[in-house]
Amino acid sequence: MVRNSNERQWQLDTRRIGDDLLEVSCGGRWRQDQDLPAAGVILPELGDGLRLSFNTAQLSAWDTGFLAFLRALFALCAERGVSIDQEGLPKGVRHLLAMAAAVPEQKAARRSSTQQSMLFQVGAATVAFFRGAPEMLRFLGEITLSFGRLFRGRARFRLSDLWWEIEEVGPRALGIVSVISFLVGLILAYLGADQLRLVGAQIFIADLVAIGMVREVGALMTGIIIAGRTGAAFAAQLGTMQVNEEIDAFKTLGVSPVDFLVLPRMLALMLMVPLLTLYAGFVGMLAGLLVSATIFDIGMFEYYIETLRALELKHFLVGLSKGSVYGAMVAYAGCLRGMQCGRSAESVGEAATSAVVTGILLITISASLMTIIFYRLGI
Amino acid sequence: MHEAAHIEVRDLTMAYGEFVIQRDLNFVVSKGDIFVIMGGSGCGKTTVMRAMIGLQRPAKGAVFYGGEDFWSVEHEEQERLKRRLGIMFQGGALWSSMTLGENIALPLKEYTALSSRQRAEIVSFKLALVGLAGFEEFYPSELSGGMKKRAGLARAMALDPDILVIDEPSSGLDPPTARRLDDLILELRDSLETTIVVISHDLASILAIGTNSIFLDAETHTMINTGKPKEAVASGDPKVRHFLTRGAE
Ligand SMILES: Nc1ncnc2c1ncn2[C@@H]1O[C@H](COP(=O)(O)OP(=O)(O)OP(=O)(O)O)[C@@H](O)[C@H]1O
Ligand SMILES: [Mg+2]
Repeated sequence: MVRNSNERQWQLDTRRIGDDLLEVSCGGRWRQDQDLPAAGVILPELGDGLRLSFNTAQLSAWDTGFLAFLRALFALCAERGVSIDQEGLPKGVRHLLAMAAAVPEQKAARRSSTQQSMLFQVGAATVAFFRGAPEMLRFLGEITLSFGRLFRGRARFRLSDLWWEIEEVGPRALGIVSVISFLVGLILAYLGADQLRLVGAQIFIADLVAIGMVREVGALMTGIIIAGRTGAAFAAQLGTMQVNEEIDAFKTLGVSPVDFLVLPRMLALMLMVPLLTLYAGFVGMLAGLLVSATIFDIGMFEYYIETLRALELKHFLVGLSKGSVYGAMVAYAGCLRGMQCGRSAESVGEAATSAVVTGILLITISASLMTIIFYRLGI
Repeated sequence: MHEAAHIEVRDLTMAYGEFVIQRDLNFVVSKGDIFVIMGGSGCGKTTVMRAMIGLQRPAKGAVFYGGEDFWSVEHEEQERLKRRLGIMFQGGALWSSMTLGENIALPLKEYTALSSRQRAEIVSFKLALVGLAGFEEFYPSELSGGMKKRAGLARAMALDPDILVIDEPSSGLDPPTARRLDDLILELRDSLETTIVVISHDLASILAIGTNSIFLDAETHTMINTGKPKEAVASGDPKVRHFLTRGAE
């Protein structure tokens, strides 16, 4: 039986010689840039007690494509109890096949990667989430202890690291925070204008924008920006340090990696996010002012007075406290995922992604909790 | 318990989850030894080292330092035991946000009351010992792989530890540099009485400096030979001979 793809390509031929010998002739060109046959095509002809021999007199060119075909064929033969006579193969082919077979496959090395059903995966993810909870709490405990040492003046980290982090998370985020807050302020103003026009109370755009930005939206937008910008960076930095065994080096030296690495990052975000929140509030109000004055014909001075009237100290306090909580959440999520990172490059990527997801999730949860609490307290 | 035993590993089994890496290891590192942990790539040398230096809890068994069981004593005591160790990790593990000088100075800052001038002198001396004189202001990202390892060794030596644990000192180094590192290890043992545990694949170096060794086998997941590396070539298990003769036997 002869199979071949076409004239100048591979040819495969099998011939029975006597009762127990099957000669496989491979001719032509067997290279991986072609569509080579699967070893399975010979399967029907393989039977127990058979011997396989090769004829490669017509073989003009070969590469790993040929080797892979033979390797698969040998595996089939082993399954079927067919013995193999490699004499007829070119010397190079025999040597390379022998080298590939020299170190047996480690049993544990190959993982079973069976496709699980959707339901199973959802279940597994849920279980994994709750399994992760104790670890999250433990890390929280470690951070708390570390803050305890800080207040007793015994936490060890470099002030230069803290300054570096502060600069990195604060001033350098001003650009993106400005753009986003300006646009959000503008959206709020338009939204308010549309609704308030119905009752002829367009001047209240000022109240809406001021209270909205200072109390809620400023902190929320800043939190989310920082989660994407800084939370991911924290996770990637700490993850890379985990990969390079830098964290292990701290541990063996008896220096707490939480003190040295996590504390300055937590502090930097808890200090800078409230300030960024304030800044976001002012930029948003500026956007509201410009929109109202230029598009809705509200006097700048009137808008200004109305804003002053609307803003009470408590709104600032609420905004600031939300800002620092969101900052802490983002720093916690980033550092947690970074410290949990495995020891390979792809786990660094996963850590960064997971830090953003966890950060935004924590922000959302704490935002709702705080809204309820502040409402109850009447603030 | 061995009189001069510095470190004793008893019935140690290391595993990742279900997957046992090495089981039932028993060996003693005596004071003044240059103890070599040999074995093929991926057989679990680094994993065993992690149990010895307190980074990964063994699945079973114990590691004794001067008779104290590291994994069952209090946290404070563990910290005290760890302070006797200097560790060079396989990739150097230099702290990337610090210069080489700061890397080596950090242990000194933590555990000594040296003035900053004294610290600078020690840092520059340690760097000179590993052939990196004058590199104080370089960041790890500005070094080659081999240079990072040597700087890692300088950091491991910073506090003149009793026990130096070195994970593959010579891989990635050119032969003369590897040779100089061997000389340095011998010198540390002789003049500072440092006990040294080296993980190594480098035959020349194993034979030149090793006073005692174990061989970890990847297939049976346990140790199959102990003793002087030189004797292992002549007598030991065929697998060990195979390793020590680069597969010629
Ligand atoms: N985090 C991990 N999870 C699961 N298995 C791991 C993990 N880390 C290492 N292993 C496995 O443990 C085995 C031993 O790894 P180890 O790093 O100790 O080897 P090694 O002897 O130091 O090798 P090398 O000489 O290449 O450094 C390897 O087979 C590896 O697959
Ligand atoms: Mg290793």
